[in-house]
Amino acid sequence: MGPESVAASPTSDAVPGLPEYAPRPFLLQDRRQETSDTVTLTLVPADGGTVPSFRPGQFNMVYAFGVGEVAISISGDPTRDGPLVHTIRAVGKVSTALTRLRPGDVVGIRGPYGQGWPIDAAEGKDVVVVAGGLGLAPLRPVLYELIGHRSRYGRVEIVFGARSPADLLYYSEVQEWRRRTDLRLQVTVDSADRSWYGDVGVVTQRLPDTRFDASRAVAFVCGPEIMMRFVAQALEARGLAEDAVWLSMERNMKCAIAQCGHCQYGPLFICREGPVLSYRRLKPLLAWKEL
Amino acid sequence: MTNGEKPVIRLTSATHPFLEGFDAEFLAAASEGAEALELPPEAMVFHSGERARHLYLMLEGKVALEIEAPDHPRITIQTIGPREVLGWSWLVPPYTWPVDARVLKPTRVIALDAGVLERHLEAHPDVGYRFLRRLIPVIAKRLDEARIQLVDIHGT
Amino acid sequence: MGAPEEGPARHYLLARADFQSLFDALAREGYTTLGPTVRDAAIVYAEIRNVEDLPIGWTDRQGPGTYRIERRKDDALFGYNVGPHSWKGYLYPSRERLWAAHRSPSGFTVEPPEAAPPRYAFLGVRACELQAIAIQDRVFDGPYADPAYRARRASSLRIAVQCGQAGPTCFCASMGTGPRVGPDHDLALTELLGPGSHRFLVQVGSPRGAAIADRLPLRPATEEDLRARDALVDQATSSMGRSLRTDDVHDLLLGNPGLHRWEEVARRCLACTNCTLACPTCFCSTTEEVPDLSGDRVERWRRWDSCFTLAFTQLGKGSVRRSPTSRYRQWLTHKLASWQDQFGSSGCVGCGRCITWCPVGIDLTEEVAALREESSAKTAVSGGER
Ligand SMILES: Cc1cc2nc3c(=O)[nH]c(=O)nc-3n(C[C@H](O)[C@H](O)[C@H](O)COP(=O)(O)OP(=O)(O)OC[C@H]3O[C@@H](n4cnc5c(N)ncnc54)[C@H](O)[C@@H]3O)c2cc1C
Ligand code: SF4
Ligand code: SF4
Repeated sequence: MGPESVAASPTSDAVPGLPEYAPRPFLLQDRRQETSDTVTLTLVPADGGTVPSFRPGQFNMVYAFGVGEVAISISGDPTRDGPLVHTIRAVGKVSTALTRLRPGDVVGIRGPYGQGWPIDAAEGKDVVVVAGGLGLAPLRPVLYELIGHRSRYGRVEIVFGARSPADLLYYSEVQEWRRRTDLRLQVTVDSADRSWYGDVGVVTQRLPDTRFDASRAVAFVCGPEIMMRFVAQALEARGLAEDAVWLSMERNMKCAIAQCGHCQYGPLFICREGPVLSYRRLKPLLAWKEL
Repeated sequence: MTNGEKPVIRLTSATHPFLEGFDAEFLAAASEGAEALELPPEAMVFHSGERARHLYLMLEGKVALEIEAPDHPRITIQTIGPREVLGWSWLVPPYTWPVDARVLKPTRVIALDAGVLERHLEAHPDVGYRFLRRLIPVIAKRLDEARIQLVDIHGT
Repeated sequence: MGAPEEGPARHYLLARADFQSLFDALAREGYTTLGPTVRDAAIVYAEIRNVEDLPIGWTDRQGPGTYRIERRKDDALFGYNVGPHSWKGYLYPSRERLWAAHRSPSGFTVEPPEAAPPRYAFLGVRACELQAIAIQDRVFDGPYADPAYRARRASSLRIAVQCGQAGPTCFCASMGTGPRVGPDHDLALTELLGPGSHRFLVQVGSPRGAAIADRLPLRPATEEDLRARDALVDQATSSMGRSLRTDDVHDLLLGNPGLHRWEEVARRCLACTNCTLACPTCFCSTTEEVPDLSGDRVERWRRWDSCFTLAFTQLGKGSVRRSPTSRYRQWLTHKLASWQDQFGSSGCVGCGRCITWCPVGIDLTEEVAALREESSAKTAVSGGER
């Protein structure tokens, strides 16, 4: 490196301040209660501009004025221009504040960030989608894409698991998808009372039932990390190659631009190389405890 | 169950995935006393506490395994569907069912007589070994699933 | 380094008696000069204006968990190694406002950023510190380059000083970052202090460095001055207090998450975060929301964070890295191994600060050696079984 190259690389005409960190205000248009602690928010830019396009699996940093900012996957329809959609579960300070907003309120948005599901690589192949609980949120855009361009893909097998029937997201939409004949959607819950006539059991129990050609299939998996680990193992046992299985990882995130260090996972920054990563890359890392 | 005419069943290795690869002698023996059941929703396959006398091979439908405790509402811990098997409690003391099995959807199932099976397997240890090799993975899978359930992966 | 830079042609001499002229030149060029000074029994970096502000005649004595300053026998201006501070405190401040916003009819409005950054002159940047700056440049670069960091970096001047001695906790020679000052500087000084002579070899590294040099009463250097400088580099190299084998460290650390030594070191580690705060390359941060009393205006602040804290990896149900073992392992594997995958170089420049400022004296060079030993013992055993 020459004496000037590093000194020259920072652009001296850059605007001081950190525009990448500054959120853009969005107006809450609609709020829909999904479960007791989870809501789906529909948002439009407060400045009247357009909603940035996104790839299924990407996320935004969502900011509640006076409270803070958290990473939230985009759960809307990527195949059409429309409002921004986020599904948020109240777990702590910021997420609770976001779930309490009312139409007309304003939130800050920056993004989209991260690598999404490799949908292009799924063309012409069988697609297996496995979602656990809130994990359906980042996978719903995949389902919109699969359904919107159904002829591009082979068999579509979806397994959706939740803790109990009361924890199922997007209930009416899921019922609609179940009625479709061009895909198969199995819903299972970990336990249920007698009013539930569907399947009971963890998602892995439904996997032997899925039909796909392992030599030309991809699987997209999102849910709690333990669930993804078991599902990935089960899919591998069914003959899927490690690089045909994709998981969406979650780690604490502050900046979403690979600078705060929080989301590091071995050599990976989950916000930049992820959140969606191939099982081939993740498998050795998943073996570390407390990584 | 009645003591009247039972429909005669001839099991083949294609009847159910569990039977794949077993020899004709075993299949003939297992056919003895086997029953094909067609059960409507809400029918009980078995009750907890009852003596376990069958191995069930699910052909169609759905059966819920349920637990009820005095201070706890009845909950379904698992549902069993086609191609799965149900019931090994006849191999394990005290030889009673630990849970209730209730039909959720019209179900066709083959009930193998545990006494017949046991006699044949005892007399043919090599087949007995094969049988356990087939059954243990089912049990292990159920155990794995129970473990996953136990860690409450969807917990808030 | 290219041959033209090595000849005496671009080397000059500045007399000790004229050293104040450097401060004056920097001030005239509009720089705020930051450099070493004695404060609270340590040599720290602070704003300085005069040659008398420098730690004249002071040196530091360092070891694992210990640091003190002492009088030297001479009146050297730069006769110490590195202290608790590093330049990252200025390029990447420990607390920085990212943006502010106030409530407005349309919800809230983000306020435009503050005025232009100060022009800093860093006086006394050691070889390892030049490399530490280059490492942080790579962190804050890329598609989401941090404009505030880059603006401060672009407007700042790096005046390096050649080390003539290494400290007991130094191992820059192992890391390939020193002790010879590399070419990536604006000016480089070597303090040449002999009987009856006290002068500085000045090397110009950039046009902006040249602009300062033009204002100094310099005279040409001789071959002999360059030889004196090289002798100091050799002296520093041979007094290097520690060493770290780097060729196998990437695979060693990333391939052995389960070694017992991780547990052992974690039993000593207090998870106090000192090492990460003192380290010139550690960059982790968190973001805080600071509302004013009315709640109508908020500021978002970024502040240094540390992978040693429990909250660092908080998720819904708790933290990912609950045990101190996993946190020490994260720090060391990141610093020495996964940093290479992320940024193309080690994250350690061998400055020794983490060793000196660790209250219990944990020494990463010792830890790596012990991990290597345990790992090869394991390999030998399993190899023997085969
Ligand atoms: C890529 C990505 C996508 C996500 N998508 C969604 C989504 O679509 N819907 C949704 O409800 N949640 C999603 N999450 C989780 C969401 O970010 C956390 O629930 C949220 O950060 C909790 O913040 P809090 O202030 O409400 O909770 P607190 O418990 O008060 O949080 C304290 C700290 O822990 C961090 N934290 C807590 N839980 C998580 C978590 N699960 N993941 C990351 N950081 C966490 C917070 O950012 C904060 O720093 C996603 C997380 C990531 C990383
Ligand atoms: S890890 Fe320690 S020796 Fe290496 S650069 Fe950081 S503080 Fe210096
Ligand atoms: S300075 Fe020492 S005790 Fe403190 S966190 Fe670092 S290694 Fe642990």
